[in-house]
Amino acid sequence: MRRYLTLLGIQLRASTAIGMQYRFDFLLEGLMTGFWMLVTLTPLFVVFGARHQIAGWSYPEALVVVGWFTLLKGLLEGAINPSLLAVIDHVRKGTLDFVLIKPADAQFLVSTAKFDPWRAFDGLAALGIVTYAFAKLGRWPAPPAVLEALALLAAAALVLYSIWILVVSAAFFAVRIDNLSYLFSSVFDAARWPISVFSGALRFAFTFVFPLALMTSFPAMALLGRLGGGTLLGALTGAVIFAGVARAAWLRAMAHYTSASS
Amino acid sequence: MTEAAASPQSALSRALRAYPTLLRVGFADTVAYRVEFLIWILTTNMPLVMLALMRAVARDGPVGRFGPSAFTAYYLAALLVRLLTGCWVGYELNMDIRSGTLAARLLRPLHPLFAYSAENLAALPLRGLITLPLVGVMLWFARGGLTADPLRVAVFAVSVGGAWLITFLIQACIGALGLHTESSISVAELYFGLFSVFSGYLIPLELFPGWVRRITQVLPFRFQLGFPVETLLGHLSRAEALRELGTQAAWCAGLFALLTVIWRTGVRRYQAYGG
Repeated sequence: MRRYLTLLGIQLRASTAIGMQYRFDFLLEGLMTGFWMLVTLTPLFVVFGARHQIAGWSYPEALVVVGWFTLLKGLLEGAINPSLLAVIDHVRKGTLDFVLIKPADAQFLVSTAKFDPWRAFDGLAALGIVTYAFAKLGRWPAPPAVLEALALLAAAALVLYSIWILVVSAAFFAVRIDNLSYLFSSVFDAARWPISVFSGALRFAFTFVFPLALMTSFPAMALLGRLGGGTLLGALTGAVIFAGVARAAWLRAMAHYTSASS
Repeated sequence: MTEAAASPQSALSRALRAYPTLLRVGFADTVAYRVEFLIWILTTNMPLVMLALMRAVARDGPVGRFGPSAFTAYYLAALLVRLLTGCWVGYELNMDIRSGTLAARLLRPLHPLFAYSAENLAALPLRGLITLPLVGVMLWFARGGLTADPLRVAVFAVSVGGAWLITFLIQACIGALGLHTESSISVAELYFGLFSVFSGYLIPLELFPGWVRRITQVLPFRFQLGFPVETLLGHLSRAEALRELGTQAAWCAGLFALLTVIWRTGVRRYQAYGG
């Protein structure tokens, strides 16, 4: 366990060092974060310009969801996407062999290979949005609510990561699927809206199959003090099951892997 | 290239002769990578999400002129136009520049942009196959929301062609920027963000406040999506539709000139990386 923590530290340092080399990107990423925040908020402005409440969510409450969405997007693009996109490349080129012969768990190595430190901007933007939303609501979340939301954040990160591992595992079977990452982010985009906006099949899919509800709506509801204990427990259990399935799929994919180069 | 530059007449006729073959090759390529192609199409799901949202909003009363069924017509039409005009030449060109494979394309006795346009157009038949059922569903559910005027339907058909051309030209401009700067992918991201807001892809432009709509009138994005969709839904009068068609043509010409400048100055600087 300690060995893996040390390894994680080394990988993080390497990524930060690489990030520091592109200082101009720092400015660019900051500007892009602000720009995307505006793009994300535009439909919200228009919709709440016409209505005070949509599907039971007021404007500041919906902003809390957007805040969580921004945070998770930063997490996804800063800590999950870069590494796992590299795996797909490894599989195609056959260079995954070099990872596999290293004396550590391959899933751990490929998952921590690359971080994008500049995405921390998204975290700041998210904090700003959520703070603004609560200031507008005129009340602050209770400490237990914050703890619940943080537990859900961990669960959401686990689920996002697990889905990505499933996608990567698919890359071992069908090689040319680099654009799956685009599909993934395009579906993830729907998470900026509270789950109760969707109805019927979409709502079912976004709650149980591709659990966007768990990622943004549930944490927001927890912060607002509207989430029941049962939902919380269900969400946490679901996340753990997701992770187990992803691990099993990864091991299967590994067993299936026959280097592309030889 | 030098020979082509010396005699533009023969270069053009040669390109035109090669075009059908390029289209066939491109089509075969699309069929070969059909799973990848299908995933690309599924990526265009934003209008459906926005449709679900806006229907929820319109459940208790229309927003502007849009009730639930008007929103359905709008977003299905937007999805149709987007699927017919989608184009990814910007990313392709950027990849080719960065990996150095553009050098091979430059060696061929045919302008690379011509080849790119053929590759993108060749995907249309398969895309049409996927969008045709959609058109059927749309016409059935939203038949009340569409124009029945043959002139406006004709303008719609032409404007979809114009929308494809504008999309291709803008994307090619962004891709060709890769010859000048390394941040061309950020420009592509910026473009997509501006496009989604100012084209009517996310929200019908009518629902924006007046000052935003005035901005959209001086930008090309509306002519990539909003204009064809509004024409099909009959939101524009005959005269307006025809006038906007002229503006769209002007944008095509302007962007073509811009692309020519970016490309010519860029290729002069280009030194194949890793080549």
